Amino acid sequence: MDPKITPELVEAHGLSPSEWDRVLDICGREPTWTELGIFSAMWNEHCSYKSSKRWLRTLPTKGPQVICGPGENAGVVDIGDGDAVVFKMESHNHPSYIEPFQGAATGMGGILRDVFTMGARPVAAMNALSFGGVDHPRTRTLVHGVVAGIGGYGNAFGVPTVGGEVRFDPAYDGNCLVNAFAAGIAKADAIFYSAASGVGRPVVYLGAKTGRDGVGGATMASAEFDDTIEEKRPTVQVGDPFTEKKLLEACLELMDTGAVISIQDMGAAGLTCSAVEMGDKGGLGIRLDLDAVPVREEGMTAYEMMLSESQERMLMVLDPAREAEARAVFDKWDLDFAVVGETIAEDRFLVLHGGEVQADLPLSTLASSAPEYDRPWEATPPAEPTGELPRIGAIDALKALIGHPNHARKQWVWEQYDHTVLADTAVPPGRGAGVVRVHGSGKALAFTADVTPRYVLADPVEGGRQAVAEAFRNLCAKGATPLAATDNLNFGNPEKPRIMGQLVGAIQGIGDACEALGTPIVSGNVSLYNETDGQPILPTPTIGMVGLLDDLGDLIDGDPREGDLALLLGGAGGHLGRSALLAALGRDEGPPPPVDLRAERAAGEFVRESRALVGACTDLSDGGLALAAFEMAAGAGLGVRIEGDLPTLFGEDQGRYLVAASFDQAEALMVAAGRAGVAVEAVGGFGGAEVRLGGDAAPLADLEALWRGAFAKALG
Amino acid sequence: MKAAVVTFPGSNCDRDMRVAFAAAGAEVVQVWHKDDALPAGTDVVGVPGGFSYGDYLRCGAIAANAPVMGAVRAHAGRGGMVLGICNGFQVLCEAGLLPGALVRNAGIAFVCRRVALDVTGDGPFLAGYARGTRIELPVAHHDGNYVADDETLRALDGEGRVAFRYGEAVNGSLGGIAGITSANGRVLGMMPHPERAVDTVHGGAEGLPIFRAAAVALARA
Repeated sequence: MDPKITPELVEAHGLSPSEWDRVLDICGREPTWTELGIFSAMWNEHCSYKSSKRWLRTLPTKGPQVICGPGENAGVVDIGDGDAVVFKMESHNHPSYIEPFQGAATGMGGILRDVFTMGARPVAAMNALSFGGVDHPRTRTLVHGVVAGIGGYGNAFGVPTVGGEVRFDPAYDGNCLVNAFAAGIAKADAIFYSAASGVGRPVVYLGAKTGRDGVGGATMASAEFDDTIEEKRPTVQVGDPFTEKKLLEACLELMDTGAVISIQDMGAAGLTCSAVEMGDKGGLGIRLDLDAVPVREEGMTAYEMMLSESQERMLMVLDPAREAEARAVFDKWDLDFAVVGETIAEDRFLVLHGGEVQADLPLSTLASSAPEYDRPWEATPPAEPTGELPRIGAIDALKALIGHPNHARKQWVWEQYDHTVLADTAVPPGRGAGVVRVHGSGKALAFTADVTPRYVLADPVEGGRQAVAEAFRNLCAKGATPLAATDNLNFGNPEKPRIMGQLVGAIQGIGDACEALGTPIVSGNVSLYNETDGQPILPTPTIGMVGLLDDLGDLIDGDPREGDLALLLGGAGGHLGRSALLAALGRDEGPPPPVDLRAERAAGEFVRESRALVGACTDLSDGGLALAAFEMAAGAGLGVRIEGDLPTLFGEDQGRYLVAASFDQAEALMVAAGRAGVAVEAVGGFGGAEVRLGGDAAPLADLEALWRGAFAKALG
Repeated sequence: MKAAVVTFPGSNCDRDMRVAFAAAGAEVVQVWHKDDALPAGTDVVGVPGGFSYGDYLRCGAIAANAPVMGAVRAHAGRGGMVLGICNGFQVLCEAGLLPGALVRNAGIAFVCRRVALDVTGDGPFLAGYARGTRIELPVAHHDGNYVADDETLRALDGEGRVAFRYGEAVNGSLGGIAGITSANGRVLGMMPHPERAVDTVHGGAEGLPIFRAAAVALARA
């Protein structure tokens, strides 16, 4: 028996009174229990983007390289020779906090599916993770669970995880962030989309069976947490990378036959969202017969089947003449293949179960009438000026950074991820952007994920710009040409004007920077309500960016050599406001460094064009010149000497690179930089066994041991 | 040389293994786990890495009973060459083609990094290395901790059948064993991934001799 629909039940489905009035309007009657579930699934924040849509529209999404921008499962970008890269980043924050292993694992599963649904074979993954304070009692459990979950899924599926971020801040104590990125390669003329076409064509269900797991997951992910969080565990799905790997192979094999008309993975709100999306995009209705859905539990109701978020499932519209051929592919891989409905001419979403109509809704209205809010917002007030200079020696300052998991070497994390499977990894994690060869070619793709949340908190617009600029810089430091980006916008409760102001500001900054740097946003995801008991996370708009190396020979990936000069490109620094150093000393002060997008672009282009003169290169970001120089030196097992005072060494001014070059290379680089109008100066040199910063020095071996050991010591 | 590389559901290094055999000059054929025969003229069988059948039950246990494994056993029984890498090594142990077993890494976690290896055995697969050479190959496994009883370990040691030993702590393997061969030396199982070190993009081609050696051994046979 379906429950009686009461105001409490409507509220439990996350629908506001005004949204409920709209439901009544659309139905012209009281909806059924299943229909209430469908509206709840379609209209929650996670699926409808109702708070962010208005602002997302302002982002630049076009460019000559863009084959498909936002709105499909993932973005598609041309990489020449008839190839395309397909990529997206997506959050799995709420589930990962509730059940870290499965939450993170299914985050990987979902993003991989988004990529291969479009016909691309996944070739690289990244993860941007934010956890609470290192000393918070839950942090260690979350770190272990999330890292094991990502590895457990990605390693078994067989995609190399080549990059990412891991940060710790007490603002994430009650809400960790798990942002998963995946990229795949496809032929540019063989991309698969979700729009159905043709009336009377079979709607086919593929993959794993449907269970009760994840019912209501998307609605859960659109709410704040409180002390009832333990009760939400059943809304987290369970991942099976083995089935996903088979589903990948079966889907690509099936796509090769030409039998697939359109295809959509079942992610958030499963069967509901996928069916409605395919119908809506194709201007068709859909009839589903739930009696045909493969289930793994007895007695499931229509409501549960429509809202289940069981993993590793796909929905497809098939060429009816090719059904036997398609079925044979799935039989070969021992996966379910069931015709569960058909496309219909009328604008209806008709769901039948047990011979009864469980839902009968106007499909296009259901898809397009999700509420859209222009929520009130407040701009973040300008930050107070930075206080006085910290009284700390340069080596102690460096130790404060590299002795904390935020800036210690993170091999404890990345060694749990298979980063060499598929045998195309050219640059593994820990050396800036990850680089993967395009299989069977001389080309390569570079991947990075970046954001500096403490900047975004202090100044959302500048922080949004900086996230894009840093990603751009990371790719240029490897010699790659940045192509396009994906944004994963993680914020608190948008119903609070201050939080909404962060979202609005960050999107504006991201848009400015993407426009100026020629890297349109081609896909993305928004995760709001990352709050617990009213405490929001730091605003965290993670930018995933992809760059192209036309020839792997153009890769910049050297190490400094004994006697190399240290050259700073992009000008001397001194901006300590919101720096990693101040943060490590417990001081959240000052405005973040401003981003000069024109200078950023010029410096990036200069580095790429000067690759022959660069022995080794890294971009400057957190920890400024000092941390960049130390990491470069320690990675090569060499000492380093850098001149300058504390602000020069640890300032985080943007648009800068550190280059190691021989004397001859340095001379030529300086001439070239002069011509290009890019500031360059010699700031020290590499060699010996000592790290010397200004007047302060320490043995490399001691600092290196601290840097290599601090993460495992704190969290291992 | 004709190399037949098996694909189980869940294999994810089968393509990489095919590429490596091809780079060594082999004619490469893909074999499906449900096949019950190897292609005519198969010289060497590759059992690749990955998570065959999801590693459910126990790593390699279900794959060891796949239809194709009957043919692989028969091939080995005739003195044919078999190379098992990572999950393939686990499968060969489960199938009884190699002694001992691979259990969870001592450190519990999955481990992916380049490790130092010493070539400590003989046999046709190792002909491209001088015994005692130190090389570097990537590992990527969760269950690479080799265990066997004392008698087996003595026999492996005494007969020059420990193909590779780790030059550093990796996974807790007894005696640092990273790879072993069968009594006739023609079956090699190893946890490190030589197929991920056959090309300049990999930062070294120290794995290629294993694939090349198969061709040399066959030319001599």
